[in-house]
Order: sequence, then C-alpha cells, then structure tokens
Amino acid sequence: MTATTEAPQSVAPRPRGGIVQSTTDSLVVARRNLIRMTRIPEVVLFGLIQPIMFVVMFSYVFGGSLQVGGTVSPDVYRNFLMAGIFAQTVTFATAGAGAGIADDMHKGLIDRFRSLPMARGAVLTGRTLADLVQTALTVVVLAIVAVLVGWRIHEGVLKALGAFALLLLLGYAFSWIGALIGLSVRTPEAATSGGLIWLFPVTFISNAFVDTSGMTAWLRHIADWNPFSATVQACRVLFGNPGVSESSAWPMEHPVLASLIWSVVIIAVFRTLAVRKYRSATA
Amino acid sequence: MPGAIYAEGLVKTFGDVRALDGVDLDVPEGTVLGLLGPNGAGKTTAVRVLTTLLRPDSGKAVVAGIDVLKHPNEVRRSIGLSGQFAAVDEYLTGRENLRMVGRLYQMNARAAKARADELLERFNLSDAADRTAKTYSGGMRRRLDLAAALVVSPPVMFMDEPTTGLDPRNRQQLWSIIQELVAGGTTLLLTTQYLEEADHLAHDICVVDHGRVIARGTSDQLKARTGGERVEVVVHEREQIDPARAVLAAFAKSGESPAAADSPSGAVTVEEHTRKLTVPVTGGAKLLAEVIRELDTRGVEIDDIGLRRPTLDDVFISLTGHSAEDSAAESDDPGNSKSAAKSAKSTKEARK
Repeated sequence: MTATTEAPQSVAPRPRGGIVQSTTDSLVVARRNLIRMTRIPEVVLFGLIQPIMFVVMFSYVFGGSLQVGGTVSPDVYRNFLMAGIFAQTVTFATAGAGAGIADDMHKGLIDRFRSLPMARGAVLTGRTLADLVQTALTVVVLAIVAVLVGWRIHEGVLKALGAFALLLLLGYAFSWIGALIGLSVRTPEAATSGGLIWLFPVTFISNAFVDTSGMTAWLRHIADWNPFSATVQACRVLFGNPGVSESSAWPMEHPVLASLIWSVVIIAVFRTLAVRKYRSATA
Repeated sequence: MPGAIYAEGLVKTFGDVRALDGVDLDVPEGTVLGLLGPNGAGKTTAVRVLTTLLRPDSGKAVVAGIDVLKHPNEVRRSIGLSGQFAAVDEYLTGRENLRMVGRLYQMNARAAKARADELLERFNLSDAADRTAKTYSGGMRRRLDLAAALVVSPPVMFMDEPTTGLDPRNRQQLWSIIQELVAGGTTLLLTTQYLEEADHLAHDICVVDHGRVIARGTSDQLKARTGGERVEVVVHEREQIDPARAVLAAFAKSGESPAAADSPSGAVTVEEHTRKLTVPVTGGAKLLAEVIRELDTRGVEIDDIGLRRPTLDDVFISLTGHSAEDSAAESDDPGNSKSAAKSAKSTKEARK
C-alpha cells in the first residue's frame, strides 16, 4: 500500500437536484449499462438472432397457410407479419431490463447506488435507456432482414420512421414493466422467466400474427384493446402493409393515437411503481 | 453533543423477526466502533438503517450531524459504504467503476477521473485499472469496493464485514488501509464476526445478539468481564498430567471465582486427550517463568506453555452462552493469531 495520508474529509458536492441532475445521473448509469453490453456481446447477439428466427419461421412455416385480407399468399403474409415481429421484438427486449436489474440487486450494486446522493429514478431510467439503444439496434438489423425476405414500405420514409418511433416508445414503456418485475423477484433467473412469460399472451392475443377477424368475439375484443395491437395496427397503416384490421374498436380505428396513449400511460404507471419499489428495495 | 454516528432505540422487524430490537449507538468523531456478533444478529440491518437503505420501524438515527430519516440524501453526501459482497460492476474496469461512482456522488467528469486515478494508485490497482473487475482476485475486488466508498473521502464510513472471506494476507492489507483511514480522522462503524478483527481495529465494541446490544466497552473492558488471564500447559506424556496439575494448582488464582464457562471449579482444568491443563492466574509473565521453573524442577516435560488473556470469543460465550460460532471464522482465522488463541478455540471445540 502506498502510505499517502488521506486528504481531509470532504462531503460530496451538493446535488443540483431537479431535471439536470436526473438527466446526468441517468446518462451515467445508461453509459455503464451500454459498456456492459459491449463486454457481454453474446447477449446482444442472441437478442438479434431471436427475432430473425421468428421472421424466418413464421414466414416459411405459417406463411403458406394463413389467410390475410382474404388471400393466402406467403408474400402477402410476410408483409403482414413484419409489423407484428417488430412489435414483438421491442417488447421481448424488456425481459433484459428485468434480468439486469435483478442481477444488480443480487450483486449488491443497487445498495451501492442507493447509498449515493443520486437522483431517485436514475438507476432505472439509465437501465431502460440503455435497453432502448439495444432495441433500436435490433430493430435496424431486423428491418434489413425483413427487406431481404421481401418486406416493403409503401407510405414513404417519414411515415415509416414514425412507425419505428412508435415501436421504440412501446419497447421503452414495456421495459418499465420489466424493471418492476426485476425489482420484485428474488433472483435474476426468476426475472428472466418472469419477464418473458406474460409476454406470450400479450403478443399472441393480438393482431400481430393472425387476422383477428377469425377470432371468437370476446377474444377479438381483447385483441382489439390490447396495447400491443394498437402499435401493430399503427405500423401496418404507416408502413402501408396489408392486413389492417377492419374492426370498429376505437384503438383499431385510431391506432397511432391509441398506441401513443397506451405507451404514455404504461410509462406513467409503471415508472411510478418501479421507482417507489426501488426506494424500498432490499436484496 | 451526539457523536458522528448516533442511534437511539432503533427497531426494525421483518415479519416475526425483530432484526433490531432497540439499538442505541454513539460513535464519537474520529473513532471506530466495532459491531460484533454472529450471523443474523442484526449487524447488517443496523448498517442498512444508518446508511439510508432501510427505514426503521421506530427510533432515531443521526449521521454526520444529519437526521437520517428526515434528510437521507444529505446523509448520502457524507458517508461511504463498503459491503460484504464487494458491490462493484464486474463487467466494468476498475477505473470505470470508480469514475461512475464519482459521477454519481455528483462530481464533475474531470474531478471524478482524477479521483479515480488517485484511488487506483493508492490501493495498488493501477496495473489492473483497465481490466474488468471480473478478472480481479477477491482481495482486489474488496479493495476496489473500498475505494468506491472513499471516492469523496467521506467523514463517516460504514463497513459491513469488510474482510469476510479474505485470506490472511489480504485481510492484513485491508486492516492497514482501515487503520490509515482512521488515523486521517474518519469515523468508522465496522461490523464483523471476527473477534480478532474488532479487537484489532475498534476503539469501542458493541456486542450484538438477536437485535440487541448485549455489551459495550473497550476490548479490555469486555475482556475484564470474563475474569483475567490463565496459564495453559501441554505436557509431553499422559503420565505427567497429575504432577503438572499439582504444580499448577499452587499457582491458581485465589478468591474471586473465575469465569464459569472456562474453569468450573476454580482449580485446574484438564483435557486428557490433548494433555492440556489450564489454570486461572494473576501475575502475568513473571508468574509464567515461575511456573516453568517449578515444572522443570518436578521433571515435567512440556510441549507447549503460554499465558493466555481472554479473547473476545471468551467474552462472547460468557455474555451469550453460545460461541460467536460459524465455522468460517474458525478456519479462516486472521493471520496474526497467537498459538494460545488458537488452542483456546480447539479447547472449546473439544468441550462441545
């Protein structure tokens, strides 16, 4: 040990508080999580492979037998499918947020953060922002694969970008649900499975993979009001893809607005719950 | 005026368990308080309350002159916390970890960078600074964790079992860092299961069991409660136990009854199979010389002899009726243990 005598004690600078501090702290934590991703590239890689597998399997296994807008055609189905796969991909990325936060709790890092004079929500915001970056990367790769298998946009680049913005917003909203799950379970393993399991009904009882007109009335009702369906519908409209639902349910008739409202509501509710949970979190 | 760390009537229950059952603490500025107790005694809960991580059900806590319950974020500016699990991000390098903590202590980027470099140097981590913490040894991780707690040179430090699981060399190294810190004026609350460690580092010791402080005082004061020193002799052959017993009986401390747990009759305690005899005495080293002469005169051949002062382990047993147990503490004995202390432990094992 170098025996330099410790400098006189000093307390940390007074926190600036407010939005400036929240933003800075969140970015510091986001940076940390992004650095982690570069150190564990497997996780990012698997995150990329999974949606590509879905595209390939759905288009070639189901594509020949599912009816979309009255026709059975693998090519039409692929163009119908992509909005669903995009939406599913951004929501599945949320399991990562849950597992990451549960892991931080488990390793005692959350205790470290909570003993620091930092903004309350910053650990979680930093995590969800980092996940958003990863999700965006996944979406870009997925879009390239989609174009390769024959997916096209027909309403112009601006509208397509709008659709991607809605997708990322949905993914960001869902990662707050993941954050709450991560804070609520005891082990990272539980967060991984607990973070995934509820996503199956959410993504399957929807318009993502099949035309909802074939569903029984009550199921179709759920599918129509599913927040996930609103974003899928909005994407189909903005991409100009086939299979836009003819349902008269309000979210299906105003999908862009419905998608925005759902995402904002989810963020507001789950961010509040997650931050509250974080403050009383114990490993 | 209350000390740098002050607590009054802290209570915290988890379901049926009263993890803290009315804990009072007062640590004067610049001193070290050792919270000593077995696993589950409430040490960690106390630290979590004092470091704003946990709200107590009732009671009062003041750290660095600031009310912990009313102004937790103000308290966080003045404290450093180093835990038993070495809370560093293993996928970040040592340097990245320290910079991140500096930034979250609200230092600007330049200050955080400079401080990180300084701490890496000070804790002998410069060579490993740009490797991920995953590759660090246990001792290095612990040093990095401690460095993270010292990013702002906080006036009040909390260390929860800082050396648990470390090998003797790393433990010694950490002890000297801690002593250096305290010499610089830092107030420290340290929890430990290692009696040796509290003895070595703490000015005052609180013995905790079942959420309560069952004894407090300096190490010497606590030891005095178990009743003085004793001579331990290991004879070479079983036949020599009786003559040795006769010799030692003559030196036995008269009057005051010795600690019940160790020498029930006040006379010589004998362990047949280890050929060890123990007798409470007064008179210290001078008396030890006399004992040796006397044994020699009687032709008793000895393998080992020592003057043993009570260890905190003895204190713990006499206070609680049970050992500070946990086999980890036994096998992982801090490096500097005297042979006498070691044999004392085996004595207890044998008696069980």
